[in-house]
Amino acid sequence: MRRPRWRVLALACLMPFAVQAQKSTADGIAEYRKMLEDGNPAELFEMKGEDLWKQPRGPKKASLERCDLGLGPGVVKGAWVQLPRYFADTGRVQDVESRLLTCMSTLQGFDAAEIAKTAFGRGEMANVTALATWIAAQSRGQRFDLPQRHAQEKRFYELGKRAFFFRGGPMDFSCATCHGEEGKRIRLQDLPDLRTNPGDGIGFAAWPAYRVSSGQMWGMQQRLNDCYRQQRFLYPGFASDVTIALGVYMGVNARGAESIAPAIKR
Amino acid sequence: MRIRIFPVLALVLGTTALLTVGCASRPAPQELDAQTAAMMKASFREQGIAKLDRLQQDLGQKACSSDQPPAAAVAGRIEREALASVRWPAGGRYLGDWKAGEKLAQNGRGMTWTDKSADASANGAQCYNCHQISKEEISFGTIGPSLYNYGKLRGVKDPYAPASAEVVQYTWAKLWNAKAYSACSNMPRFGHKGLLAEDQIRDVMALLLDPRSPVNH
Repeated sequence: MRRPRWRVLALACLMPFAVQAQKSTADGIAEYRKMLEDGNPAELFEMKGEDLWKQPRGPKKASLERCDLGLGPGVVKGAWVQLPRYFADTGRVQDVESRLLTCMSTLQGFDAAEIAKTAFGRGEMANVTALATWIAAQSRGQRFDLPQRHAQEKRFYELGKRAFFFRGGPMDFSCATCHGEEGKRIRLQDLPDLRTNPGDGIGFAAWPAYRVSSGQMWGMQQRLNDCYRQQRFLYPGFASDVTIALGVYMGVNARGAESIAPAIKR
Repeated sequence: MRIRIFPVLALVLGTTALLTVGCASRPAPQELDAQTAAMMKASFREQGIAKLDRLQQDLGQKACSSDQPPAAAVAGRIEREALASVRWPAGGRYLGDWKAGEKLAQNGRGMTWTDKSADASANGAQCYNCHQISKEEISFGTIGPSLYNYGKLRGVKDPYAPASAEVVQYTWAKLWNAKAYSACSNMPRFGHKGLLAEDQIRDVMALLLDPRSPVNH
């Protein structure tokens, strides 16, 4: 699905950056977010995600309408701002994307391991992203409030915190190298401090998001994957424990932040 | 006496037992560290030039992997070992071409799993990602301090004059292994980890220290 018009529009909106680069990036982004308010391409993915949720699909020709995202079977509104959380049926802490794999496997008969191996943006993986986009949109304007009652939820927070500060690879980077201090930038890009609540619609509260620079819709799994690429680290498995643990760490830290997902990014 | 001590002892033992039971529901910090190591090992795989050795932490990486700084003795050891690791430039030639240095400073590429080669020649020095350097480039990061007027502020008029030796050697060592002066520095160890070759470091040195470099205007 190609949408060249969006890219032209996006480019036009990026132009003020070149001329007025000293203006804070945050101001610039807020400005073009405003300009695109009625036309964030993420809406197309939202619509696709809603269709995918309701359509009978997969070997079992079933819809996802009985999928339990944490608030009971079929309850979508408000589910996103409480994820990742512990699910008794799988005995695991899951984020929206790994939970979707569970539902697509149990309800629709898809092979979850096969989907997890698929490249981002391809086949059923693209469908997972669209579904996550629609699910997130159903909680737009709500505030993050991840549960921390279950022992596994507390344990994953602690594991996520340790992963966040884990330094390794050829450049000795950790997540904290870029996201462990307030008010820092890489080039002109503002970096949220993810050790705490960075504010409404910032950091964890902005994904899934449509990336103007790549013309792609990204869920948190892909966002984390690219973080690790730029950290010069190894390739994190889709829905691997480290990605879930980081989701719990960021999500719990963001408690009270308003979700604007799906957002639009540079 | 014995009679009076007894209840106190029983109380202490009882409290200890209660605390132990209370803590059992949550793993101890060391246990969580072990679980983290297992999680990291299980969650990542090799891709392209990114090999499994990236999971192996050296002393400095391990000691700087929490929200708390390492103990002073550990930090001291990291810094001493880092300084000892510095390979000084062949023939005492510290400076190369500042123009090539500027190109390297602008280049933020290298060492990701989508890069084809892990060779130093494929890498940039990434300086502008985190530092202000020349006045002309306004797209700079702020994770590191500003390096504008780096040589000038340190009184370097002739980089090869004896008076400049200390600053020049400090700068070389900082670029080679930044942990020599700060155990948990955010800056990559460009020489030590083979991210840049000696000639590339010379060029970055020139960008910072050559009086003709725009950094010092």
